[in-house]
Amino acid sequence: MIVSLVVVLPLAGAVLGLLLSRRPHGRGPAENLAANKRAAWFGVLPTALSTALIGWLAWENTPSTSVLTVIDTGGIAITAGLEVAELSVLTAMLVGVVALAVQVYSVGYMRGESRYPSFSAFISLFTSAMLLVVFAADLLVLYVGWEIMGLCSYLLVGHWWEERANSRAAIKAFLVTRLGDVGFLFGIFVLGFAAGSFRVADILVADIPESTLVLATLLLLAGVAGKSAQVPLHTWLPDAMAGPTPISALIHAATMVAAGIFVVARLYVLFPQPTLDVLGVAAAIGMLGAALAAFAQTDLKRVLAYSTISQLAYMAAALAGGARDAAVFHLVTHGAFKALLFLCAGAVIHHVGSNLLGHMGGLRRPMPMTFWAMTVGYAALIGLPPASGFFSKDAILYGLERSSSPIQLLLYGSALLTVGVTGAYATRAWLMTFFGTGKIQALPEPAPGTAHVFDGREAPLSMLWPMGVLAIPALLLGFTDAGEFHLAPALTALVVALLGAAFVYVVWRGAPERDPARLLGAFRDPCEQAFYVDRLYAVVFVRPVLALARGVVRTDDHVVDGAVRGTGRAAVGLSGLTRHLQNGNAQLYVTGLLAGVLLIAVGAVVLG
Amino acid sequence: MHVVYPAVVAALLFSIGVYGVLARRNTILVLMSVELMLNAVNLNLVAFDVWLRDMLHSGQVLTLFVIVIAAAEVGIGLAIVLAVFRTRKAIEFDRLRELGEP
Repeated sequence: MIVSLVVVLPLAGAVLGLLLSRRPHGRGPAENLAANKRAAWFGVLPTALSTALIGWLAWENTPSTSVLTVIDTGGIAITAGLEVAELSVLTAMLVGVVALAVQVYSVGYMRGESRYPSFSAFISLFTSAMLLVVFAADLLVLYVGWEIMGLCSYLLVGHWWEERANSRAAIKAFLVTRLGDVGFLFGIFVLGFAAGSFRVADILVADIPESTLVLATLLLLAGVAGKSAQVPLHTWLPDAMAGPTPISALIHAATMVAAGIFVVARLYVLFPQPTLDVLGVAAAIGMLGAALAAFAQTDLKRVLAYSTISQLAYMAAALAGGARDAAVFHLVTHGAFKALLFLCAGAVIHHVGSNLLGHMGGLRRPMPMTFWAMTVGYAALIGLPPASGFFSKDAILYGLERSSSPIQLLLYGSALLTVGVTGAYATRAWLMTFFGTGKIQALPEPAPGTAHVFDGREAPLSMLWPMGVLAIPALLLGFTDAGEFHLAPALTALVVALLGAAFVYVVWRGAPERDPARLLGAFRDPCEQAFYVDRLYAVVFVRPVLALARGVVRTDDHVVDGAVRGTGRAAVGLSGLTRHLQNGNAQLYVTGLLAGVLLIAVGAVVLG
Repeated sequence: MHVVYPAVVAALLFSIGVYGVLARRNTILVLMSVELMLNAVNLNLVAFDVWLRDMLHSGQVLTLFVIVIAAAEVGIGLAIVLAVFRTRKAIEFDRLRELGEP
C-alpha cells in the first residue's frame, strides 16, 4: 500500500506539473515566474512525501509484496505488483534523497527558465519510473519503468534542444541505450519462459538449466551495459553531459546508470560464472580506460562523466568477483557523492559560465561552501578516510582480493590501478577548479546551453542546501558499514590513491598555470578522445547505417514513389493523344458512333 | 407489291437522314434529318407489318407511338434551338463547341 504511494506520488506530481503549471495560460515574464513557482511545488512536494514514505518503509523493514492485479495474457501472466525487499528500500532511499536534492537544486539552477515546468515534471516522472524499477515484483513491470527512464533521459538531456549538439546527444543516448534494451527485453523473455513466470520471486527460485541461464543473463547484460554505461555501450554517457547539470547529477550519476547494477544485484543468484566473467572483463577494461579518459578531459562535467563510468565499472567488477554486498554498498555511496559532485560542478559552472576546466581556477575564495562540499565529494571519490568512498572501495577491493573468479587477478589489478588514476584525475580537477589564479572572464551574455551567469557570488541558497544535505551522506555513509572494515586492502588502496594524487599535486605545483594532463605525454590525445571509441563506432556502425538509411530514402523516393508518379504521368500522356478527338463537334461524335455501330454490325454478320 | 420497294425507299430515306445529321451545319436541318430517319423506320414498320400479316398489327401500333414521340422530340428540339439562338445569335452546329477539349 505504502509502496504504491511511493511510486505513484512523483507520477502524480509529474502529471499535475505538466497540466496545471501554466494555468492560467500566458507567456509573459510574470506568468512564467508564477508557472515556475507552481511547478517547483509540484516537483518538490510529491518527491519529499515519497522520500518520507521510503524512510518509513526502511523503518518498518518488513519484506512484503502487494499485487494490484494479475494480467492474464493467455500465455504467462503478468503480475502488476510491487515488492519491498531490503535491497529495494536501500536503493529507493538513495533515489528519493538524490531526486529531492536535485528538485530543490534545480529550482535555483533553472530560475527564470521558461521551460522549467516541463523540466521538473520530467524529473518527477523519472523518479517515479526509477522507483518502479526498484520496487517491481515482475520483470515486465520493471521493464516498463526501465523504458520510461530511457525516455526521460532523452527528454532531459535534450532540454536545451535549440543547440543542435544537445539534441544529437539526446538522440545518441536514446539510441545507444535502446540497443542494449533490445537484449534486455529478450533476456526477460528467455528467463520468463524458462521459469514459467515473470515474477522476480518465482524466477529466483526456479529451476532453470545452466545454458538457458547463460543465454538469458548475457542478454540482460546487454541492457545493463547500455543503462549503466559499461564498455562497449558507454559512449552515450559523456555526450549526455549536454543536459542541464541537475540532470547529470540525478540521471547520469546517481540513479539511472545505477539501475543496471541494481538489476544485476537483484537477480544476482541467476548469474552463472561465464556471464560474470564477461561482465568482469568489460568492467576491468572500462574502469581503467574511463579513469584515464577522465584524466585528460578538459570539460569538468565530462571528467565526472568518465569518472561515473569508471565507478560503475567498479561495482560491476565487484559483482563479477562475487562481492554483491560491496557492489550495492558502493552503489549507494557513489550515488551520494557523485550527485554531490555534480551539484557542486553545476554551481561552479553557474558561477563561471563555462564547462571548461581551463576557464576555472581560484574559486576557493569566492565559493567557500561549494569548495568544501566538492572537497568532500572528491575525497569520497578518491577514497580518503573518513569519507564514504573509502569504506565502499575497501569493501570492493577486499572482495576482489578474496574472489574465486577465474579472472580475479585482472579484476584486482585493474581495480588497484584505477584507484591510483582516480586519485590523479580527482586531484587534477579539484586543483584546476579551486586553486591557482582566477581566469574567469565575465561573459556579456550567457552562451546558449548554459544557465545564466553570476559573477563573484556564491550560488543561491536553494542550490547550496541540497549540496550541504548531500555532503553529509557522502561524508558519513561509510560508517554504517564500518563493521566490515578491513585494514590491509584499505591501506593499500589509500597508499595507491595518495600516490596518484601526490604525483599530480607535484606536477601541478611546478606550473600551476598548466594542465597536469600533460603528464600523459603522447598518450594524452588518445585519452582525451576516450581511445577513439566514438570514432571507431562512427566508422563501423554510424556511417554504414546512415548510408543504408539514405539508400532506403532514395529507393522510397525514386522507386516506390516513382512508380506512383509514373502511373499518373503515363495516364496524362496517353490521354493527351486521345483528347484531340474531343473537339466539341457533336457531328464528329455521331460519325464515330455510327462507324462503331457499322463495325459491330459487320463484325456480327461476318463472325456470327 | 413486293416488300423490296418500300424497304429500298426506307433505306434511301434513312441514308438521306444520316447524311443530313452528319453533314448539315444548320441545327434545324439536322432536326429535320432526324425526322427523315424516324419516318424511314416508320415506313419499314408498316411495310413489314403488312408483309408478315401480323394479326395484332403491332408494327402499325408502334408507328403511331413513333409519330407521337417524334412530335414531342421536335417540339423540345426546336425549343432548345430557340434558346440557343437567343443566347448565342447562332444555330450553326460547328460553332457550338464549348464542351470540346481546347
